[in-house]
Order: sequence, then structure tokens, then C-alpha cells
Amino acid sequence: MSKNSSVCSQAVPSVSIQNADFDAAQEYAQLRDSGAGTGAIATFTGLVRDSGDRQGVTGLFLEHYPGMTEQVISDLIAQAGQRWDVRKARVIHRIGRLPLQSQIVFVGVCSAHRGDAFAACEFIMDALKTSAPFWKKELTDAGEHWVEQKASDVARTEGW
Amino acid sequence: MSEQTLSVRFFARLREELGTEHLTMPAPAGQTAADLLATLANRGGPWAQLNTGQPVMIAINQAMAKPQSPVQPDDEVAFFPPVTGG
Repeated sequence: MSKNSSVCSQAVPSVSIQNADFDAAQEYAQLRDSGAGTGAIATFTGLVRDSGDRQGVTGLFLEHYPGMTEQVISDLIAQAGQRWDVRKARVIHRIGRLPLQSQIVFVGVCSAHRGDAFAACEFIMDALKTSAPFWKKELTDAGEHWVEQKASDVARTEGW
Repeated sequence: MSEQTLSVRFFARLREELGTEHLTMPAPAGQTAADLLATLANRGGPWAQLNTGQPVMIAINQAMAKPQSPVQPDDEVAFFPPVTGG
């Protein structure tokens, strides 16, 4: 990804959809490079865990809608930038087959203050879960199944 | 006269259950996404779920849309299950 070190009062859309793993420390270092007005960085990383809709999950398969996914997430970053102070934002979402404990998703937000950083990071993550076109399939020793959307996730997004 | 068409895409569980990733369909004047779903559901078998089964999300030209949204010639219309990323 290109590196944007300019100080910017608006969100800088920066979205990557990839099968490859990411280095959260490197992403954090790039977020730090967002100007002297940044006073807070909030990041979230989601991992593949061993239970979801069912027990004994050994991995995930993630499918997405290329093109639309990037657009939806860029729009979410822009929305966050209209509601909170967002100096820089970064979203990475992995697709394909991911074994247990893999990193799935990274959201990082730079703001002047922690309240805006926490809120924008959580909003982007919650809204991504219910509006970005990704689908998870859980892999188990007994077979595989598509994950169902959770009413609790929809309620969280509606709460924003 | 060549018939005007649009492109239909399916994802995830729908793609698997319909055994179809992509279709080209006629694009008659005045058609909505719901009309297109009903036409597809009339194919029977697994396609019937498009009308009666679990919720189906709709995107037109890669933006979320509603059943009553109009679909035009050359549009890319996508049908998929509720999303589960993150």
C-alpha cells in the first residue's frame, strides 16, 4: 500500500482485501505517521477462534464480493470521518482459507483524542460486520457450514 | 433485434446451493429486483428459496439495494445471504 504521511483532517480511505497475513506492528507504525495532531490510536484485530456457530472449528473460509467490499468499507471510513475526528484509518480484511488463530481483520484509527479513536474504530468494525459483503464458512472435522448472521451484530450496528 | 440483458451474480451459500456463480438474464422495461428474484425462483428446485426461503440481500452495481429497486439493462445485480465478515 502507498504510504500517506500528510496531515489530513478527513479520513484517508485505505482498505486492503487480501489472502496474505498482515503485520499489525507495521500497520501501527504507519498509523503513527499521521502528523503531530494525532493524540490517540485505536486498533482492533479479529482472530479465528475454535468455536463459533458450532464447536470444534479448525479454520475458516472467507468469500467476498470483489469491488463492492472495498467500496463499502471506504464509505464506512468516510462516514466515521464525518462523525468523529479521524486523521488516518486503515482496514485490512483477509479472505480465503484461514487456520485457527489466524488474523482475520485489522481496523486502526488515528484521532486527536481517545474518545474519537475508540468510537470510530468500533463503529467501522461493527458496521463492517453487517454491511461489507464477506461470508464466513466454518471448517470442522465433521464438515463445513456457512455462518449465520447474528441478530446481536445487527443490533450493535443499529446502535450507532 | 437483440434482447437487452443484465448480469446476475450469486455469492456464498446461494452460489453453492444454486450451483451458479453468474447468469445473464433478460432486462425488460420496468423490472425490479423483486421481479427478477421471482423469475429466478420460478426455475424451481433450489431456486425456489429465492422467493420463500431465508432472507436474500440485493446489490445493484455493487451498492446495496431493495426489492423494489429498478434493475436496468447492463446492470450487475447480485443476490447473497446476510453478510458475516469481520
